[in-house]
Amino acid sequence: MKPQYKEEVIELLYQLADDDLLVSYRGSEWLGLVPHIEEDVAYSSITQNTMGHANIYYSLLEELGEGKVDDLAHLRPAGERKNAIILEEKNGPGHWLYGEPRYDWAFTVVRNYFYEAIKKRKIDSLKQSSYEPLRQVAVKIDTEIPYHLMHWRTWFEQLVRAGGEAEERMKAAVARVWEDIGGVLSLGPNEEKIVEAGLIESEAVLKERFLEDINKKFTELGLKMPGEPGMKKGDGRAGFHTEDLEEALAQLSEVYALNPAVPW
Amino acid sequence: MAVSVRDAEKVKYREFMERIEAGEKIEADDWMPDDYRQALIKLISMHGISEIMGALPEKEWTPKAPTLYRKLAIMAKVQDEVGHGQLLLRVAEDLIKPYGKTREDLIQDLFAGRLKFHNVFHWKTKSWADAGLIGWLVDGAAIITQTNMLDCSYAPYARALKRIAAEEVFHAQHGEAIAVALATGTEEQKEMLQDALNRWWPALLMFFGPPTAELTGSSKQEITIKYKIRKNTNEELRQFYLTKYVPRIQGLGLTIPDETLRWDDEKKEWIYKQPDWNLFLKITRNEGPMSQERLRLRRLSYENNAWVREALGLNTKIFAS
Ligand SMILES: [Fe+2]
Ligand SMILES: [Fe+2]
Repeated sequence: MKPQYKEEVIELLYQLADDDLLVSYRGSEWLGLVPHIEEDVAYSSITQNTMGHANIYYSLLEELGEGKVDDLAHLRPAGERKNAIILEEKNGPGHWLYGEPRYDWAFTVVRNYFYEAIKKRKIDSLKQSSYEPLRQVAVKIDTEIPYHLMHWRTWFEQLVRAGGEAEERMKAAVARVWEDIGGVLSLGPNEEKIVEAGLIESEAVLKERFLEDINKKFTELGLKMPGEPGMKKGDGRAGFHTEDLEEALAQLSEVYALNPAVPW
Repeated sequence: MAVSVRDAEKVKYREFMERIEAGEKIEADDWMPDDYRQALIKLISMHGISEIMGALPEKEWTPKAPTLYRKLAIMAKVQDEVGHGQLLLRVAEDLIKPYGKTREDLIQDLFAGRLKFHNVFHWKTKSWADAGLIGWLVDGAAIITQTNMLDCSYAPYARALKRIAAEEVFHAQHGEAIAVALATGTEEQKEMLQDALNRWWPALLMFFGPPTAELTGSSKQEITIKYKIRKNTNEELRQFYLTKYVPRIQGLGLTIPDETLRWDDEKKEWIYKQPDWNLFLKITRNEGPMSQERLRLRRLSYENNAWVREALGLNTKIFAS
């Protein structure tokens, strides 16, 4: 593998891995707090799958000499993380550990729905990637995405169609998530090289497909398309992050960081 | 007239007792004496709600689990527990149906303190070792009480228990793997595990309930044994537990925090220091170390998600987790 090519592979893998890690970490905070028991079981399955995907990407990075999977997942400081900012954002006010969590289900449904919709488009593209291990991983992950997508799409439709307070909350959540969903589509400052290396299709192509999906759904539900996906808080791929990421990393690494050198 | 109705009830009762004495199973739609139904409702709704409340102590460590592998394993375990709760609440729902009650009533009972959750889930967790110890020794205790009821005279409960008990075995293995990793790790890890055992030991003894009704004022064990819901007494189960786990705990190099603990060869039983049964009584009044915090979390999520249930039109049907 040429050093330049390897660099682009590594860059993309970090983006994919960190996205899945953060969104699944936020999912793990929801355990026991979701609207009903059946959802607790279903959402937990999705969270486990997604964290499993992060694990696969980190394993590919380990194979490329980047370090141990758990070091990569737990020890990298916020400034080195490549995840989109919208995925690091807290689930809502309060803290899951008896800190009066008043988590926002509308925000969670919208964030996850849009995330899985983009992820589906990326995975489809990765199935044609020039990097063979990524092609194989994409095929495997693709078997789980339809279930995730259906789950969140169903929630999205139900809550929008319910009208009243639910519809209002969903509209507000759409507006909020849209402001930063561009961060998930972003391939970062090295987009050009990543695309040239044939690892994945361009942001523009992925965005167009995502907008096509969302447009169809919005039309069906009588929702207004919110315009261009934004990146208001900055591009996580370029190392821009918020306090929320610091907080999440402190939690998820609290035990591991006691002694990363030994088995747990 | 009144007499003949009562006679008819007596005949039904005799037939019912004959059936269960003969080892036959009772189904949800079969006739059953009222105190049998009451005992089942109490037992199964408490078991169901305990699975759900019992997810909370481990959930406290789920986002913090040390490695991705452990994060995934403990998430799967907590998910199983919620699934157990779901399964058991369905069994309980069938039993409360004749009273016109639903799952919603059970959640309201929990909030009002009428429906209790198991005493072991009122205790604090302090470190990652607690998460391992809960899986290993609390699920281990649950396996003992559950297998004691696998032959329960009420068939829907027996069937649910069979499924649940199979998963509990995996939970105990998951917990044991965490404990073994710590027990064979650094001094710091070993201390973490020993500290967890020191704090949880009284809770593990209390798990099976008081040995006699005199100790705590009341006990439902007589009726559950009479109706062949369970086989053994609280104390017998605790003795089985000690026989199974004392050697295993010591085998990991841990010290059980009770100098008086010993096997009495003449009496053929374990001698041990009684846990604080006054604390047990407090716990049954939801005055344990974490009772109110965990109930608060449940209540808060219920209120916080009210708009969602409203939107789904589920407010009276679905139980908030
Ligand atoms: Fe369970
Ligand atoms: Fe369990």
